[in-house]
Amino acid sequence: MMLERLTQSFGPSGREKEITQVISEYVTPFSDEVYTDALGNLIAHKKGNGKKIMLAAHMDEIGVAVTYIDEKGFLRFSKIGGLYQRRLLNRRVRFSNGFTGVIDTEENNKDYNIQKMYIDIGATDREQAEKMVSVGDMAVFEGEYKEEYGVIISKALDNRAGCYILIKVLEQIKSENDIYFCFTSQEEVGLRGAKAAAYSVNPEYALAVDVTDTGDTPNCPKMAVNLGGGAAVKVMDRSVITNPDVRIKLIELAKKNNIPYQLEIMTDGGTDAGAIHTSREGVKTGGVSVPTRYIHSPSEMVSKKDLEACIKLIKAFCESNL
Amino acid sequence: MFLKKLCEFDCVSGNEKAVRDYIRNEIYQYADEIVIDSIGNLIVKRTGVSSKKTVMLDAHTDEVGFIISGITDKGFLEFKTVGGIDTRVIISKRVRVGKNKIPGVIGIKAIHLLEKSERNEVPKIKSLYIDIGASSKEEAEKYVELGDYAAFDTEYEDLTDDLIKAKAIDDRAGCAILMELIKEKPKYDTYFCFSAQEEVGLRGAKIAVNRIKPDIALAIEATTSSDVAPSEEKDYVIRLGNGAAVSFADGATIASEEFYKKLLSVAEEEGIKAQTKAAITGGNDAGAIHLAQGGIKCATISVPCRYIHSPAGIASKADIDSVKQLAGAFLRRIDEFY
Repeated sequence: MMLERLTQSFGPSGREKEITQVISEYVTPFSDEVYTDALGNLIAHKKGNGKKIMLAAHMDEIGVAVTYIDEKGFLRFSKIGGLYQRRLLNRRVRFSNGFTGVIDTEENNKDYNIQKMYIDIGATDREQAEKMVSVGDMAVFEGEYKEEYGVIISKALDNRAGCYILIKVLEQIKSENDIYFCFTSQEEVGLRGAKAAAYSVNPEYALAVDVTDTGDTPNCPKMAVNLGGGAAVKVMDRSVITNPDVRIKLIELAKKNNIPYQLEIMTDGGTDAGAIHTSREGVKTGGVSVPTRYIHSPSEMVSKKDLEACIKLIKAFCESNL
Repeated sequence: MFLKKLCEFDCVSGNEKAVRDYIRNEIYQYADEIVIDSIGNLIVKRTGVSSKKTVMLDAHTDEVGFIISGITDKGFLEFKTVGGIDTRVIISKRVRVGKNKIPGVIGIKAIHLLEKSERNEVPKIKSLYIDIGASSKEEAEKYVELGDYAAFDTEYEDLTDDLIKAKAIDDRAGCAILMELIKEKPKYDTYFCFSAQEEVGLRGAKIAVNRIKPDIALAIEATTSSDVAPSEEKDYVIRLGNGAAVSFADGATIASEEFYKKLLSVAEEEGIKAQTKAAITGGNDAGAIHLAQGGIKCATISVPCRYIHSPAGIASKADIDSVKQLAGAFLRRIDEFY
């Protein structure tokens, strides 16, 4: 239920108000303080006398922003975050006020030029369209939540899965450490929220909790991460080479507690770890990732077993002696 | 009033001293504190009625241009671009080189000498050179050293009662606006930051913001007005003459929804012409400012400018006035923006 609500809430980069409210509801009963900052990060603090740890999961999702409304009521748009242009056609988008639109293109040869694409919200003319949306409004992709045979399919599992994990850890944790659960903003446009949050939290250790690709679908690029293979302990991605102390600690804890894990090297894409590990004078930063198929599509897929493994591993890390 | 003078300085990124000195002298009398920092930002504090909050207004002093990277045996100057410049707009343009403003022309093989295939190609920067009329390396070296800057040689002109033509409207228009706004005593301590090196990656603002540590910031910029042939209307980012351009997002910043919408509603209430900048491209000092410290509330208001980053841009005085009015309203009504 919680994960369904998280994935279906509205929150493209920079417009995270709705998802912030939802997460606040879940974290407030378990936190000593909950606050937001100028970038829109939501930070839940669980106080302790031990080490200061930052857990970061971004809550924003990819989307589109309206740039122009034509006289017939069709909308032109820009990308928010990394969209695959060739996968946009005929997808549905939803605005924060609930209006739905369909993406299509004016091109016949379909070479997937986003400049030639438009969103049809069913308006009959500009005047009607302007009553529904404004230039600057953002929309997210629709993708219903389904749960069956141990897997979950939904939009925005990148990275509401990470948010879910952080909330679960917060609910269950018993630790002397001083832990900041950061639900960061604007990751999809360049790790922007995490940069500000890392500065203000100023942690000694950090874990970025995000999704990672898998290498187990037909003819996909080689990668040693499988769906259902356990929590992915990040070795590196395009933004970070994780701190060896943190990485080794995570592996030891997984072995000791019989938590299924696998090692992750993701060549395509970065995470909040990239912004955090270079903050101020440097932060010992690692990552725990959820193996996810079809990232940045309306039908991302994760395994429930992997989610459980991530929760256990991060909880063990936060409760350990660092 | 300041704009003509400002636009005629040759101050390519890293070489902002002349324009900085001019601004400093003009606004000295209003300053409660002046700092010129290590990178060349001019940071002018105007103490407010109250010191409860700190406000930052930013405009960058630098302009795009060139830096001399070599001198050939025959006395031609090799150069690199500083900031984003489209090679197609610089060929055969006049430039001024170095401290002594040696006149030169950006040269290329004449049409008579071109191979047929070359006529349809955009030439590489490497194949261009600056010709100052020197006949040998020795002669050129009397006037120019490696590392000298070259800037577009463009006069400021009034095209109509409203439209002006000049280089470096990006962002001397912003500087001119800040120089006007500093005259009025602000409600809170306000730092007028004339930032260096924006065009090479927001470098000045990145440092300035750590010194100022504002609670809220506003970048005053110049931005692409694409309302020109052969663009289609749907691709217009903003239009010349339609007033202050308020960004909801660009390549480096997503403005907070409350902030940019408040700017638009203040404009409407005060009868100031404003438009939404409708493209998520480019970036400006707001990109560096909003990520600094623990995150800073920051938005951008821009002057529409056609042919930005070229030897000659066109802007509207009325638009510049709208930006000034809106930024002024922001300072006056600052409490509504927190």
